[in-house]
Amino acid sequence: MKIEALPELVNNDAALLHRGRYLTTTFMLEIGDKQHIVKIHEGRITDVTVAGVMPTWIFALRASADTWKKFWAAVPEPGYNDILALVRFGRMRLEGNLQPLMANLLYVKEVLASIRKLEVK
Amino acid sequence: MMNAYIEPITGRYINLKIQDVPYRIYYEEAGQGVPLLCLHTAGSDGRQYRALLNDEEITRSFRVVVFDMPWHGKSSPPSGWEREEYRLTTEAYTNLIMTVARTLDLENPVVMGCSIGGRIVLNLAMQHAEELRCVIGLQSSARLHPYYDTSWLHHPDAHGGEVCAGIVSGLIAPQSPDNDRWETLWHYMQGGPGIFKGDLYFFKIEGDMSDKLDLIDTAKCPVYMLTGEYDYACSPEDSRAAAEAIPGAELIIMSELGHFPMSENPEKFRTHLLPILKKILAAESR
Repeated sequence: MKIEALPELVNNDAALLHRGRYLTTTFMLEIGDKQHIVKIHEGRITDVTVAGVMPTWIFALRASADTWKKFWAAVPEPGYNDILALVRFGRMRLEGNLQPLMANLLYVKEVLASIRKLEVK
Repeated sequence: MMNAYIEPITGRYINLKIQDVPYRIYYEEAGQGVPLLCLHTAGSDGRQYRALLNDEEITRSFRVVVFDMPWHGKSSPPSGWEREEYRLTTEAYTNLIMTVARTLDLENPVVMGCSIGGRIVLNLAMQHAEELRCVIGLQSSARLHPYYDTSWLHHPDAHGGEVCAGIVSGLIAPQSPDNDRWETLWHYMQGGPGIFKGDLYFFKIEGDMSDKLDLIDTAKCPVYMLTGEYDYACSPEDSRAAAEAIPGAELIIMSELGHFPMSENPEKFRTHLLPILKKILAAESR
């Protein structure tokens, strides 16, 4: 699973760690029928796991597997290049307490986009 | 290594009154010829047109003028701003542009605006056709569908500059160069508290032009429209709908560009703009 690469992609990026240095949270990333829990401590990704029973999270990003696939293309097509683009066209739902997301929006966007680097390689 | 040089841009302040309220407005200009008045996007400022003001191919034939709206860039908010919530309206925006144009003696100008500017030029074409040469709408639309909660743009639980840049960052095309992308975002990071949100009041709520577009007479005031394909705030579909409702309007969809064409990728943008400017000059010499 691509998102398992998040700790390596994020934790080795000094500028990104600096951008997220005040964020400690747990969010849920839903890819189709699979839910993943991502834990962040002061900007570092500390854990990425498939959600078990009764997962707890602060905010969630839900989209279909096909949507995430297009989002993570090395050069995404229009309408799939940003999580807000996905929201705009009804392809993503944001849920929960959005304050940590909105207060760290550039950081979270960059974390999610970092997976595109795997496509380029 | 690049040698030091000074850009051929002049920046000055005008003091003027709009409906008896005094404003101090910063503007920049370069070039001579047909007046080309440029309008920045919501929550940003005139620096978005930095490349255009430096483009000799344009400034050879056009007097390019860019101003910062009150509350934006180096323009001041009016006295007493601390006691009011800033909210842009169609009337205030229209009066501002026409007052600046008249004060600077911009005779029969071309007005080019992006985003909120792309919306208001449609209103200008409708209301002030006789004073304008033509309008160029970048990322123009008649109305928008709200897709996020704008209260986050002015909220103590999120840093205003960071969240405004975070909201608009995805509107820039993936192909745009990093330096221009981050300069464009920097302008958003420098916006005053609540100003982007106040501009969006016009853009998303008050300034709906859906029912008025057919009142535009493009024989009197031609309407050119350019829209970047990666814009999802004002999408190509939104621009297409507007263009179809304005008899005679010309729309071009620009590939590999987003919501801030003149600022996010000036090199690519000029390839779409130059043919329109040539057309305007050709109409001039007829």
